Amino acid sequence: MTESMGPSTDQVDLELAVGAEAAPRTQWQLFWRRFLKHRLAVASLLTLTLISFACFFADWVAPYDLDELDLTLIGVVKGPSWQHWMGTTDLGQDQFSQILHAGQISLKIGFFVAILSTLFGVTVGALAGYYGGIVDQIVSGFTDGFLVIPQLAILAVLLKYFGQSTNVIIFVLAALGWTYVARVSRGQVLSFKEKEFVEAARAAGATGPRIIGRHVLPNMVGPIMVNLTLSVAGAIITEATLTFLGYGVKPPETSWGFMLSANEGAINDTAKMHLLLFPGLMLLIVVLCVNFLGDGLRDAFDPQAKHST
Amino acid sequence: MLTYLVRRILYSVPVLLAVSFVTFWGLRITTDPLLKFRNLRNAATILPIQRKRLGLDQPIIVQWWKWLLNALQGDLGVSSRTNGAVGGELIHALGTTMHLVIWGTIISSVVAVSVGVYSAVKQYSIGDYAFTGLSYIGIAMPPFWFALMAIVLLVTWPKVHWDLDQPIFYSIGLHSTDRSGIFNLDYFRHLALPVMTLVVQTIASWSRYMRASMLEVLGADYVRAAKAKGVPRRTVILSHALRNALIPLVTVMALDTAFLFGGLIITEKIYSIPGTGTYFLNALTAGDAPALLGYTLLTGILVITANLIADVLYGVLDPRIRLS
Repeated sequence: MTESMGPSTDQVDLELAVGAEAAPRTQWQLFWRRFLKHRLAVASLLTLTLISFACFFADWVAPYDLDELDLTLIGVVKGPSWQHWMGTTDLGQDQFSQILHAGQISLKIGFFVAILSTLFGVTVGALAGYYGGIVDQIVSGFTDGFLVIPQLAILAVLLKYFGQSTNVIIFVLAALGWTYVARVSRGQVLSFKEKEFVEAARAAGATGPRIIGRHVLPNMVGPIMVNLTLSVAGAIITEATLTFLGYGVKPPETSWGFMLSANEGAINDTAKMHLLLFPGLMLLIVVLCVNFLGDGLRDAFDPQAKHST
Repeated sequence: MLTYLVRRILYSVPVLLAVSFVTFWGLRITTDPLLKFRNLRNAATILPIQRKRLGLDQPIIVQWWKWLLNALQGDLGVSSRTNGAVGGELIHALGTTMHLVIWGTIISSVVAVSVGVYSAVKQYSIGDYAFTGLSYIGIAMPPFWFALMAIVLLVTWPKVHWDLDQPIFYSIGLHSTDRSGIFNLDYFRHLALPVMTLVVQTIASWSRYMRASMLEVLGADYVRAAKAKGVPRRTVILSHALRNALIPLVTVMALDTAFLFGGLIITEKIYSIPGTGTYFLNALTAGDAPALLGYTLLTGILVITANLIADVLYGVLDPRIRLS
């Protein structure tokens, strides 16, 4: 991909250098070009898309039916083979098919928690930053309070009480996950508030909500998108951990965390190791890809920023 | 400095009070302190008496205030699960947890600092890339999965494969039944895997911080000056650069305290270690409100203290920072 990118970039630079009329590029085109240069991020985006499609269309993609039992394999847990890419379970089910179905819930929770908590966090953070005063103090107090107790403990208590259906898990994780992005957007708004363009808008008679919506938020798209991406990873891991502790996804729904929890007994049997390996590997790959994607977005949105890697 | 400290402590108090009130109120709604009396034959007569005895007929804020006054005197109430004093049980559990916390902190800071310094000094070397890759994996990996895989690969596999009577590393508890004491082989064979589980994520993220901060310092003018006047490379790295690069890490370490206690919940569950994390999970399963409240208060105080210590250390390590 970058091989084909190389010459075209040079050509553009050449054109610019000669002063030939290069078509003006929009911000999005510039962003997209920078993003495509981040090879790992592009590969991660492709991998994530592939995994998401495979999971959400598991009914068609999965090689075996979810409740299809291979009667010859009951009780004989088999490792990976050509027939069963990720081996079979105690009941003779195909683990690869199970993984695809379980991925639906894991990914769904990751995506929705990230979207909900970002929407809420950005709104609250922007309001707190722009208006200050009592809203700001409530938000700061709230976030300070949540920093004091392990998140995992609060989440487990809440889920035990509110139930453990997927939708409840999404709302509870989002209800606690917004504080970080709220802090970030509050800081951003605080710094933009003093800029001339906001002052100009205010002088022109724009109202508070209009200034936030039309002038401040578009400037924050970068950090918000990066945060959104990274919180997908956070939510997926948190869900898996809570499920493992027994306070997350419950049957008949399954997730990768649930598979690990259900197969915990395999720690004493090396022949069943694949039952622990693959669900965890899926978690690892997805989170890794999401993190790389976040890095790529960060670089593409903010080419000037120094990055440590 | 002193004024700053006092102000920070004064600010922490309302936060802690608010957290404890919200927890108290939340747990009063979600748990039933009278559960064990409900199924008695004479429940109808006993329930009002017990309700009065436990003070449940009073407004929630009064109940919380009474709990708080007792808590300040060291009385955290009686666990509805074990009928023991919550304060004593928590201190006992904390004693066990501290084994993991202390070893975990020592190992992760030593390894993270070494890796960070190496990666910064040999930037863009193969070793640097390898550590960068590993840290990405370490950050992305769910710690409980790491623990499960570690047990299969390091406990079960060698035991089955080499036909051993005892595994090389143990995966249950901190001691064998007939053993006790620390600094013996049995203790370390028990401790190895839990501590590994606890440190894998912190090493991964702290070494990244360390690398970044070391790179920044190595580029600073005073380091170039030291190199220019002929100070040996070792001395420049270890005494000029490292000491300054450590400062930001201190803050990160302190801020991760709450995260550490979250990790302890997982680690102690998987390795059956009777520390604070296990105490919390048992209390949660049993709906034991006094124990959960005690746990919240304990972790709250520990996290706030850790942050205070970090602030003070920050001032001590970097005299340019004025805390006021």
